[in-house]
Amino acid sequence: MAILIFKIALILILFLISLGVAAYATYGERKVAAFMQDRIGPDRAGPFGILQPIADGTKMFMKEEIIPNVSDKLLFILGPCIFMVTSLMTSAVIPWGTAMEFGGVKYAMQVADINIGILYVFGVVSLGVYGIMIGGWASNNKFALLGAVRASSQMISYELAMGMSLIAVIMMSGSLSLTDIVTSQGDGKLWGFIPVSGLNWNIFYQPMGFIIFLICAFAECNRTPFDLPECDTELIGGFHTEYSSMKLGLYLFAEYINMFISGAIISCLYFGGYNFPGLSYLSTVLNPNIVALLSFGALFAKAIFFVFFFMWIRWTIPRFRYDQLMKLGWQILLPLSIINVLLTGGILTFFNK
Amino acid sequence: MIESLALNNKSEKTDYNILNLGPTHPATHGVFQNILKMDGEIIHETTSTIGYIHRAFEKIAEHKPFYQITTLTDRLNYCSSPINNMGWHMTVEKLLGVETPKRVDYMRVIIMEFARIADHLVCNSIIGADTGALTGFTYVFQWREKIYDIFEEVCGARLTTNIGRIGGMERDFSPACMKKMHDFLNDFPKYFDEFTMLLERNRIFMERNIGVGPISAERALNYGFTGPNLRAAGVDYDVRVMNPYSSYQDFDFMIPLGTQGDTYDRFVVRQHEIRESLKIIKQALNNIPEGKFFADVPDFFLPPKEEVYNNMEALIFHFKIVMGEATVPVGEVYHSVEGGNGELGFYMVSDGGRTPYRLHFRRPCFISYQAYPEMIKGSMLSDAILTMSSMNVIAGELDA
Repeated sequence: MAILIFKIALILILFLISLGVAAYATYGERKVAAFMQDRIGPDRAGPFGILQPIADGTKMFMKEEIIPNVSDKLLFILGPCIFMVTSLMTSAVIPWGTAMEFGGVKYAMQVADINIGILYVFGVVSLGVYGIMIGGWASNNKFALLGAVRASSQMISYELAMGMSLIAVIMMSGSLSLTDIVTSQGDGKLWGFIPVSGLNWNIFYQPMGFIIFLICAFAECNRTPFDLPECDTELIGGFHTEYSSMKLGLYLFAEYINMFISGAIISCLYFGGYNFPGLSYLSTVLNPNIVALLSFGALFAKAIFFVFFFMWIRWTIPRFRYDQLMKLGWQILLPLSIINVLLTGGILTFFNK
Repeated sequence: MIESLALNNKSEKTDYNILNLGPTHPATHGVFQNILKMDGEIIHETTSTIGYIHRAFEKIAEHKPFYQITTLTDRLNYCSSPINNMGWHMTVEKLLGVETPKRVDYMRVIIMEFARIADHLVCNSIIGADTGALTGFTYVFQWREKIYDIFEEVCGARLTTNIGRIGGMERDFSPACMKKMHDFLNDFPKYFDEFTMLLERNRIFMERNIGVGPISAERALNYGFTGPNLRAAGVDYDVRVMNPYSSYQDFDFMIPLGTQGDTYDRFVVRQHEIRESLKIIKQALNNIPEGKFFADVPDFFLPPKEEVYNNMEALIFHFKIVMGEATVPVGEVYHSVEGGNGELGFYMVSDGGRTPYRLHFRRPCFISYQAYPEMIKGSMLSDAILTMSSMNVIAGELDA
C-alpha cells in the first residue's frame, strides 16, 4: 500500500514537474532568444517576467477555439491529445534519483522499473508522430499536410540511427533497463584504469554514439536545424497551421516536454543519469532521502542544460532542406551508427575477455 | 541532387498538387501570389500573380506637381526610399538643366549609400531568417534602425523619407547628424562582422543557398536584370560606374561580382556591397566640400522661411512652388540611379505644364521578378522561398 501511495505521489510530482518545466521552458526560450539577440525578452508579468508562462497559458485558454469546417473533427481534436499524452508518458521509466527511504523501506525514484525501459521510451516516442500526422492530416490544409508528411518521414528516418547508436550503449551496460544503464555509470575504472567516483559516464566510451544520438534527438523533437515540420517561413506553421487556442498550446507545450525528457534521457544514457562525483561517499554519510534529492537535482540540472543546449542551437544555426535532412539521416548518421556498433562490439570482445 | 529527384520520374504524371503561395504567406514579404504546381515538394510550374498593391503611381504622377511626386517614389522600394527620392530629384534637375554644387552631390551620395546599406541589410538578414536563423536578423536590424535615426536627423522621417528637394537638400547636415554618421561608421563594422561570421561560412547556410535559384549571365541579361541580381550572375554592370551621377566618379570603390548567379552569390555580392558602401561614405564624409547645400533654382527650391516673411520675391517663389506653378522646359528625359536592387530609372515626358505629361518608373523588381518561375522550376518549396527573398522582391516596387 505504501509503495502504491509513493508511486502515485511520484507520478503526480513528475507530471507537475514536466508541465512546470515545459511552462518555464517557454519562458526560458524567450529569455535565451532575447539574450542571444541582444534583446530583453519578456519582463512585464511579475519580476523579470517570471509570471509570463501563466499569462501565456491563460491567453491560450481564452482564445477562440476554431475547428475548420472541412476538417475531420474527431481526429482534429485527437491529434494534439495524442502528442501531449505520449510526451508525458515517457518520463515513467526514467530513474530520477537514488532510492528514498521511509520507515526502513526503500522506494526507487522511478515510476516503473521495467526491464525493457529504453524500448518503452522508443515505443512511446514513435507513437508521438501519430499526433503530428493525425493533426496535420485532419486539418485538411495543404501546408499542414506537407508539414505532417515531413514530420513523419523525418521521425521514422532518425529513429533508425537513434536506435543504432543506442545499441552500442546497451552493449556496454548489458541491459535494456534504464536503471541498470544508469547504475553502470557510477563508480568504476574509466577506460579500465582510471578510478573514478560517479563519473564512469558513457560519454567517455561512446562519444560518436552520443553525437549521433544528440542529432537524432534534435530531429525527434522537431527543433532547429530539423524544424521542417513547422518551419514558419515555408509552411506557415506546418502541421499546426489550422490549430488555435489550447490545442495549439498542447502542441507547443508537448514540444517543450519532449525537449526536457530528451534531455533527461540523454543524461541517463551518456552522462551518468543521477550520478555525480562523490555520490557514493555522500550516500554513506548522509540521510538517503537527502542523497536522493541531491541525485535528482544532478539529473535535473543535466536535463536543463540540454534544454538550454536545444535553445542555443535553435537561435544559432539555420535549418536544413528536406532532401539534405534525409541525406544526413540515411547516408551519414545511419552508417556512422552502424560503424559505432561494430567498433563497440570489437573493443568489448578484445578487452573484456 | 534536386534534379535527380525531379527527373527520375520520367513517366507522365497527372496528379499534381496545387499550392497557393501567397498573397498573405509569411514568406512572401509583401503581397504577391504564386500558384505552384507541385509534385510532392518539387515545383513543376509557377504562375505568378502581381498587382495586389498596385496604386497607379504613374497615373497619379500625371496629376501632381514635380515636388509632390517625391512622396510617390518613397513608396516604390520602401527599404531604400532615399535612393528613389534622389533619383527623382536628379531626373527633374536633368530636365531643368540644373548643375548642383559638389556639396549637394556628396551629401546625396552619403544618404544614398546609407540607404543602400539599409536595403541590403534587410535583404540579407531576411535570407538568414528564411533559412531559420533569426538571430542574425536581429543583429543587423538594430543597425538599420540607426540608419533610420540618421535619416530622421536629416529629414524628420524614417521609412518614407521624402528626403532632399529638387535642386539640393532641404537642410545641411547638423552636428548631431554628423555625430550619428561617424558613430555608425565606427561601430557598425564590428556587428556586421558578427553577422557575417554567423552566416556567410556556415555549413548549413551554404548548403541551403549554393546552387539554389541560379540564373546564367545570358538569361539574366535577356530578362533585363540589373543590380546585385545581375552582378551575382557575373556581369559587372553598375550604374554608379557605367553612367556616374551625383559625382560618383570621385569615389574609389569596387564592384563585387558573383559567378553562379545563385542565392548564395546574391547574398555574398550584397554583403560586399555593404562594405563598399561604407568605404564610399567614409570618403564622402572626409572630402565633403564646404558650400551651399542647394543649387540656384528659385523656381523649385523653397526659400528659407525668414526670407518668405520679409522679402517679396521670396514670397512669390514660395507661393509658386507650393502651388506647382513653375514652368519646365518641353522635352523628355531619362535618368537612372543604382537602386537597392537594380537600375531604378525615371523616364519623363514633359509638355511644359505643371505636371509631367507621362512618367514611367523603371522598377528593377518588376523586371527581375518575371524570371522567378524559371529560376525555381524543378527546385523544392524551401528553395523557392529562399530564391524569392534573395532576389529582394519588394511588393511596393513590383506593383508601383
